[in-house]
Amino acid sequence: MQVKLLSEHYDKPEFQALGGYERYGGYVVLAKALKMDPNAIIEEVKASGLRGRGGAGFPTGTKWSFLPKNGEPRYLLCNADEGEPGTFKDRVMMEKAPHQLIEGMIISAFAIGSKKSYIYIRGEYTDSIRIVGQAIQEAYKAGYLGKNILGLGFDHDMDIYVGAGAYIVGEETGMISSLEGLKGQPKLKPPFPAVQGYLRKPTIVNNVETLAAVKYIIRDGASSYRKHGTEKSAGTKLFSVSGNVQRPGTYEVPLGLPLKVLINDICGGLKPGRKLKAVIPGGSSAPVLTGDEANKVTMDYEALAQMGSMLGSGAVIVIDDSNCMVDILSTIMHFYHHESCGQCTPCREGTGWLNKIVHRIADGHGESKDIDLIKKVSEQMMGKTICALSDAAAMPAISFVTKFRDEFEAFIKKGQIGAGGTAHA
Amino acid sequence: MATTFNLSSEGLAFVKKELGRYETPYSAIIPALFRVQKEHGWVSPDAVIFLSKTMNLPEAHINEVLRFYTMFNTKPVGKFHIQVCTNISCAMNGGRELAQALCKHYNVQEGQVSADGKVSVSRVECLGSCDTAPMLQVNMDSYLEGLTPETAIKKLKEMGA
Ligand SMILES: Cc1cc2nc3c(=O)[nH]c(=O)nc-3n(C[C@H](O)[C@H](O)[C@H](O)COP(=O)(O)O)c2cc1C
Ligand code: SF4
Ligand code: FES
Repeated sequence: MQVKLLSEHYDKPEFQALGGYERYGGYVVLAKALKMDPNAIIEEVKASGLRGRGGAGFPTGTKWSFLPKNGEPRYLLCNADEGEPGTFKDRVMMEKAPHQLIEGMIISAFAIGSKKSYIYIRGEYTDSIRIVGQAIQEAYKAGYLGKNILGLGFDHDMDIYVGAGAYIVGEETGMISSLEGLKGQPKLKPPFPAVQGYLRKPTIVNNVETLAAVKYIIRDGASSYRKHGTEKSAGTKLFSVSGNVQRPGTYEVPLGLPLKVLINDICGGLKPGRKLKAVIPGGSSAPVLTGDEANKVTMDYEALAQMGSMLGSGAVIVIDDSNCMVDILSTIMHFYHHESCGQCTPCREGTGWLNKIVHRIADGHGESKDIDLIKKVSEQMMGKTICALSDAAAMPAISFVTKFRDEFEAFIKKGQIGAGGTAHA
Repeated sequence: MATTFNLSSEGLAFVKKELGRYETPYSAIIPALFRVQKEHGWVSPDAVIFLSKTMNLPEAHINEVLRFYTMFNTKPVGKFHIQVCTNISCAMNGGRELAQALCKHYNVQEGQVSADGKVSVSRVECLGSCDTAPMLQVNMDSYLEGLTPETAIKKLKEMGA
């Protein structure tokens, strides 16, 4: 069930430092890649079917080919901001295998012709910052970074940029603003970063897991990578599983795995006597699934989209019948209201309203019109803003009140039932 | 305006170095603010004036950056600044009760500093350790994970809180 492609050596502490990493074949793929034609690498990544692991699932090779063809300076920006509630796999990857990310990044940078890259790490991840920082120094000393890498004529510099606490800088244009020393507010697209990004230069933004996966695509070839996963959702994915399972953690599995296998077999199922009530399958922005839906769905982009949800960042939050859905939605709405950067009225006002209404219901002061009001406000927030945070707040709100309407109604009728309790009584 | 604020000589050298590290000097603002906070615990209005002069960047711009990010303290915090995650997975596993228990134990209101200046407790959003819920972060550095109120208090005591 688990396929440890990226995570094969994560159980070995020595994999973190350069010596251990090299013992397990580290930087051999870099030497191979630097002898290839950069375009052939892009073609291989395209053929692999790799899709961005940061949330949107955009095909990576296609994104790379949006870069202008002329020799303008261009940047590679690794998104290690990991702020989507429920997600922690990038932290695991950086702490267990910093060189895997660095090697994947140098290969990717070579493919797109970039001489400078940044890893933007959220400031709270002090261990990741230290470990990746040390690894970059090791890589410079060993000649994997800097001038004329491995004597093969490619120059590349890599640095870390440390964030200071703002979910919105996980959005790629917000991240670029932040790296430029501005408030981390998203910018209107187009122009897309691949055309005009950091300092108005072409910039490719990719997630930690996406860039690390590139190494394995070049090592094994696209067709070998495609042996894992489904036709449209190729490869493996690291899922961050938390909530009410016996063995929460980070697990690498092929895309297309039934969610119930992930929950029951890999994560040890629920506590004895508990029933599955709901699952948030792709981070807090992903519409919630009912227990029944969760038992049917497979973990790939298409199957989740068909169920009206999304794979997102691969953060699976498992919710058993001891939880109250009104309470959970109030936590989610507080988060988006807190994190809206305030540039767009529908988002700023909408997240404020949703937070207020859901908390009113949770506190026992809800009115019968509130459920429809939540839907109405949410609909007005979608597709109208500079970035997708507004939609990311609206979608879970609609899904919670639609799929667990009974529970919201019971709350409104009976007033408050304590946190953790359920309104059906 | 004269200010009494100062950084250590290492701090000053760090800020100067960061000014040349990135493509533009503006990118040095976040690292400089972190440095100020490391030395003083928070970023005061005087510190902003000081940075503006030292870095030769507009005060208004530094203030904008300062206020945008949640990791910067714009008022003093306790010597032990305890941030308890109360996002989904932590809340499901007792994160809010943990925050309340800590406030009670240290006799401090959420978001305030204890009378002796030693401890402050606040809630934060997901810290990316949801598989060890509930968890907290101390002084924006150490993660304490898989907690109960009792184990949290014990671990914090070992750290000196
Ligand atoms: C509000 C918001 C927050 C986001 N947060 C993250 C994040 O923490 N990490 C991440 O990799 N992508 C995040 N994204 C997606 C990025 O904008 C971008 O699509 C991604 O980094 C591209 O990398 P990929 O193609 O490798 O997935 C976020 C998007 C939005 C709208
Ligand atoms: S949608 Fe929200 S978070 Fe995104 S730019 Fe607009 S106000 Fe900011
Ligand atoms: S919900 Fe608390 S660390 Fe993620």
